[in-house]
Amino acid sequence: MWQRCLLGFATLWIAAASPAWSYVAYVSNEKGNTVSIIDTEKWAVTNTIKVGQRPRGIEFTRDGKYVMVAVGDDDTIQLIDAKTEKVVDTLPSGPDPELFIQDAAGKILYVANENDNTVTVIDIEKRSRIGDIQVGVEPEGMALSPDGKTLINTSETTSMAHFIDTATRKIVANVLVDARPRFAEFKHDGSELWVSSEIGGTVSIVDPAKHAVTGKITFNIPGLRSEAIQAVGIGITKDDKTAFVALGPANRVAIVDATTHTVTKYLLVGQRVWHMAFTPDEKYLLVTNGISNDVSVIDVAAQKVIKTIQVGELPWGVTIAQP
Amino acid sequence: MIRGLIGAIGLCVMATHALAAEPVEIGIGYLRHAGVKSTLSLVELPAENDGIAGARLAIEDNNTTGKFLNQHFTLDEVRLKDGDDPAQAAAALGDRVGLIVADLPADQLLKAADALRDRGTVLLNAGATDDRLREQDCRANIIHVAPTRSMLADALAQYLVWKQWRRWLLVAGSHDADKLYADALRRAATRFGAKIVQERTFEDTGGARRTDSGVTLIQRQMPVFTQQAPAYDVLVAADESEVFAAYLPYRTWDPRPVAGSAGLVPASWDAAQDQWGAVQLQNRFMKLNFRRMTALDMQAWTAVRMVGEAASRANTNDTRKLFDFIKGPNFSVAAFKGQRLTLRDWNLQLRQPILLVDGRMVVSVSPQEGFLHQVSELDTLGIDRPETKCKLQ
Repeated sequence: MWQRCLLGFATLWIAAASPAWSYVAYVSNEKGNTVSIIDTEKWAVTNTIKVGQRPRGIEFTRDGKYVMVAVGDDDTIQLIDAKTEKVVDTLPSGPDPELFIQDAAGKILYVANENDNTVTVIDIEKRSRIGDIQVGVEPEGMALSPDGKTLINTSETTSMAHFIDTATRKIVANVLVDARPRFAEFKHDGSELWVSSEIGGTVSIVDPAKHAVTGKITFNIPGLRSEAIQAVGIGITKDDKTAFVALGPANRVAIVDATTHTVTKYLLVGQRVWHMAFTPDEKYLLVTNGISNDVSVIDVAAQKVIKTIQVGELPWGVTIAQP
Repeated sequence: MIRGLIGAIGLCVMATHALAAEPVEIGIGYLRHAGVKSTLSLVELPAENDGIAGARLAIEDNNTTGKFLNQHFTLDEVRLKDGDDPAQAAAALGDRVGLIVADLPADQLLKAADALRDRGTVLLNAGATDDRLREQDCRANIIHVAPTRSMLADALAQYLVWKQWRRWLLVAGSHDADKLYADALRRAATRFGAKIVQERTFEDTGGARRTDSGVTLIQRQMPVFTQQAPAYDVLVAADESEVFAAYLPYRTWDPRPVAGSAGLVPASWDAAQDQWGAVQLQNRFMKLNFRRMTALDMQAWTAVRMVGEAASRANTNDTRKLFDFIKGPNFSVAAFKGQRLTLRDWNLQLRQPILLVDGRMVVSVSPQEGFLHQVSELDTLGIDRPETKCKLQ
């Protein structure tokens, strides 16, 4: 009791001492088998946690208590206690989990298992597997429609976005996109689904009602061969006006006018830029640079890279929550 | 009616509508030669299903995608027997399927292609690396999935030059295939600034590849064979016939690395390749075939996947349309090589990165950084458009 009281006081004191919002970012380091924790006020790594093998997909639970990290080569998802910064539990995913998404209530987790063409459905609280959905070859990207009714899974070798009804857990439509779709993201108003294609090098704009590709964002960087431009992570601002697309080995993040779907700027970041996360106030965007082993911090309003932070080996995913 | 609907929607396909109809059947042939390759190393002896095992996996992968598109793929397998006429076999297979993956030696492949020419059947060459099939002997109805000797040699040369191992001792076997590979290596040395300080020929005088006390003898032969060479950085061996190259590493007179047909080997694929999501493919292959995936397996997998990719993008099973799509500007295929693979339109050769492997690990992947090209860096590997002798017809 006394201890808890002290801890509570300490938290209060820290909050009072820092006028600007400070957040913590968790970065999964695919090769290092670690997770780096970054303080977004100091822009410094405060801790590095050893996790299972090949950590990739990483997300805070909705209540902010845990960080879930898919450790693909251990065929499980580990839970890191956000307070103690220690791995405390696991979730029963299928083989080789890579990316996952949770519902709005934070109760159900949908996991893409690369190895056996399935999406696994997990009850987060009970830590139990409650269903499987058969999808295409090498499922990867996962997204939920804002109304929670439609789950999207993209499969890399099949090159499709599968539309899954979350109530029946049945596929209702399949939309062909460019080669090796990696990531899927809805606009916050649910009007568009964006799907990035790593090998195709494009982002497909999908009409979620018509289940049809209505547009494509292409990227053209002078002096770079087109094969080096590979679209991966996507971040769309809450007002749905601006989007950021990580372009992998092109070492750039594209800023896209999300209304007209045109690229307005390319930001040079680290090598093999992969995934990204906004701070909750959307002032900053953190992107992981796999080959240069660092994270670039982008000032969203200024559209500038303001900082680079060294993390572990081959940073892959990033998630941010308030402390 | 249903097809019309799908067509109208274009790239989008609604499985809920399509599932109501019978699946569209797409048969792919697989024509393979009679011979079995013998290797010096017991662990490299090809499996009986080498190549076709990759095609079978690609059929499964195509069908996983196909079930969402109402397409169904089957493999029609034909293996030639000694003395069989490849033209006849190809024609018979061509009666049943519009596209045939071929694992045939160059002359047999040309016979098959010429027999199929007027009926519009398309061959996908998964096995033959001969440059002449893409150059003076090129055919308008052969897509080449296998890399050429010159692509393999260039991939190796770029790495050796990057490593500053510019002085090569070239040792070639005495068979035709060895000489062709040596030609490709000579060309690569000239292109990328390496110097062949001396050439030697290893005569195949016959004899068994396996004997009970072979090692003792080889240990004496190889140092003697490689002694008194001018100063060199790396021994480059051209031995497609598997007569001597595998004996060279650790046995050269001077302590030098070996590359080419042994040591550091350029290949389209390797069981150790684990980058760019390849582990998933390696796992699927192992699950289906209970062995590791070879370069030939990968070339056959890629050939069948190219057909699958065209079928899903063009939404058709019509051979002409599939072929046109594959040859068209919008075609590319993902094959776990870190970038999309496309066709060279002047000779229908698939552009691809080449792995450099040592039997246990992938050491590097070419093209190497810094070898630039105005169209695609992949075109720094092999014979490029300005030099081609191919006139497709």
